[in-house]
Amino acid sequence: MRDVAVIGIGMTKWGELWDKSLRTTFVEPALMAIDDAGVDHLDSMVVGCMSSGLFTGQEHLASLLSDYLGRNPVPAARVESACSSGGLALRQGFIEVASGMSDIVLVGGVEKMTDVTGCEATFALGTAADQEYEGFHGLTFPALYAMMAVAHMHKYGTTREQLAMVAVKNHDNGSKNPLAQYPFKVTVEGVLNSVLVADPLRILDCSPITDGAAAVILCPADMARKMKKPAIRITGSGQATDTIALSSRKDLCWIESTHLAGQKALAMAGRKVGDMDLFEVHDCFTIAEIMITEALGIVEKGRGGKAVEEGLTSLKGRHPVNPSGGLKAKGHPVGATGVAQAVEVVKQLRGEAGERQVKGAKRGLTQNMGGTGGSSVVHVFEAE
Amino acid sequence: MAGIVGYGANIPRNRIKVEEIAKVWGADAPSYKKGLMLEEKSVPSPDQDTITMAVEASKNALRRAGIDPREIGAVYVGSESHPYAVKPSGTVLAEALGATPEVHTADLEFACKAGTEGMFIAYSHVVSGVVKYSLAVGADTSQGAPGDALEYSAAAGAAAFIFGKDKLVAEVLHTYSYTTDTPDFWRREYQYYPQHGGRFTGDPAYFAHVLGAARGIMAKAGMTPADLQYVIFHQPNGKFPLRAGEILGFSRKQIDPGWLVPKLGNTYSGSSPLGLTATLDIAKPGDKIMLVSYGSGAGSDGFIFKVTDRIEEVRNQAVRTRDMLDKNKNYIEYGVYAKYRRKIRKAE
Repeated sequence: MRDVAVIGIGMTKWGELWDKSLRTTFVEPALMAIDDAGVDHLDSMVVGCMSSGLFTGQEHLASLLSDYLGRNPVPAARVESACSSGGLALRQGFIEVASGMSDIVLVGGVEKMTDVTGCEATFALGTAADQEYEGFHGLTFPALYAMMAVAHMHKYGTTREQLAMVAVKNHDNGSKNPLAQYPFKVTVEGVLNSVLVADPLRILDCSPITDGAAAVILCPADMARKMKKPAIRITGSGQATDTIALSSRKDLCWIESTHLAGQKALAMAGRKVGDMDLFEVHDCFTIAEIMITEALGIVEKGRGGKAVEEGLTSLKGRHPVNPSGGLKAKGHPVGATGVAQAVEVVKQLRGEAGERQVKGAKRGLTQNMGGTGGSSVVHVFEAE
Repeated sequence: MAGIVGYGANIPRNRIKVEEIAKVWGADAPSYKKGLMLEEKSVPSPDQDTITMAVEASKNALRRAGIDPREIGAVYVGSESHPYAVKPSGTVLAEALGATPEVHTADLEFACKAGTEGMFIAYSHVVSGVVKYSLAVGADTSQGAPGDALEYSAAAGAAAFIFGKDKLVAEVLHTYSYTTDTPDFWRREYQYYPQHGGRFTGDPAYFAHVLGAARGIMAKAGMTPADLQYVIFHQPNGKFPLRAGEILGFSRKQIDPGWLVPKLGNTYSGSSPLGLTATLDIAKPGDKIMLVSYGSGAGSDGFIFKVTDRIEEVRNQAVRTRDMLDKNKNYIEYGVYAKYRRKIRKAE
């Protein structure tokens, strides 16, 4: 296998982009990534997108996007793994470059979610759950994560306030990210008094519905060292699956797929979780971030809530989690999220993260997750 | 010089509280009350509709105008809930008032701004000299689908204005309209309940047009918020008009007299016109009032009025808007509401 590096990144402002279509939402950051890398061609393209069919009625996406990017007849593939579609696209691009099959690969992620009503969006997202065992019974993701939250609170004494602190921390970070959908701060009191969605989760515990895209350019590390931008190597890639249905899990408080994907990625990189200077993780709900920090081994099992309260995962803490603002503040265009996490880590390792820069960051980890953890993808990035 | 000669309002007595609706749907009443700044809304009785409310409001306007109804040369009814799909509301109204047969009549529809649309046309006819007096009514018994967010706000009410060149109670100083094709809310033929574009109804729809019209008319008039004593914005919920006022630099003192929505709901075509009748009820001679409506689809009409000395003589010639809003209320439960609004029907 060849060493693989990221040599270009692109991301535009996320939000309710009512004046942009699916294709323009994608093309803008893709062109930025190509410009950033300074490459004159692509050998291949991989795009993560969860449900362009349900959100915009458009399938056959990879060809459409390569066309509107002006790259036909480049080979292009669309990858789907619910909310971890972006992370999986990155892994497929990584494998393609590492294998020697292609040299310059664009990995993109996109989701255009606000062209449908809230109900239709909830239905589209709900297809990431087990339809027969969850969907048919009326379960939606806020409800599933609410059950996980209740279980975690019951088993480990995690408090309602600690959940709120995850949102407060991520909005603090997001307020320093000009590309975030909601770049403002919130308070614990504000979260606790926000609209109830699925007890105990309130609206400010939930990541939003977002239009957005992100892109990175990958190439062999040897080639990257001759390019204009500093090479940020992807030194580890791990993926794991689990039951889609929450009811089939052994432990409602433990995300096994994230645990396994994290271990694989770190083992490939030859690193320990403590070697990482920052983490971008899948905080689709506040409880998710707490459980992910435990599954990745950043904190001990059951200590995720306490860790937030103690500031361990804040921007200036020992293990900064979600300096970008996370899904909570930055937004969550599902298929784009995994790629945007890579964009943030590369920015941090290049030292280009501005106000939210983690000082002297050399290594970072991304964790992207589908559903309630039916799939997880973890990558390790290192500056040279 | 032309303007309003007489004005009148009509609000049904029935009210339903946000808690009562939320209870039925298992919704979180406090968050609706906080999020929409709504407490209760008016509900029409089974025998009340856009036409009956238009008649009542127009009679009140006639009382204040003190004119012979036969001198009314034009009658316009703006509503999105005309009782007939084909057959005008305006003919019933004109007949009931004694304004027929020498009268021009039309029904108008433009979501929530059909009322001010009628005012714009009625005023223009008077200015042109085609008619001596003209009547414009904004009236609605709007419907929200059961369980939809609109069900908490869709209310009933009517406001009527007689325009002319003499006996003015409020002179029209300026008018302005701001219109684009923005599909934020609609109801297709044969559909019973309207659909809305969720959050799209905010920034690109309501705020773009309301702020556009408000800024446009103030620029045309060479005025700033400090030159106006009162302002009324369309009131689909409590929050939107307050935010529009805050963005433009108006104080709560300027907004509150016409801000009826927390206790009234959104009366659609009657919404901002009822804000105007409530404001005229308390305004003093010389006060300047700005009205900015909003109708989905989308557009805003703006008016700046200057109140005349005659207001003091006429305001107690008919019932005041706030009195209809705050007195003689009849609270109903959801079951009765469902019957009144024809959401359930007795078996034949």
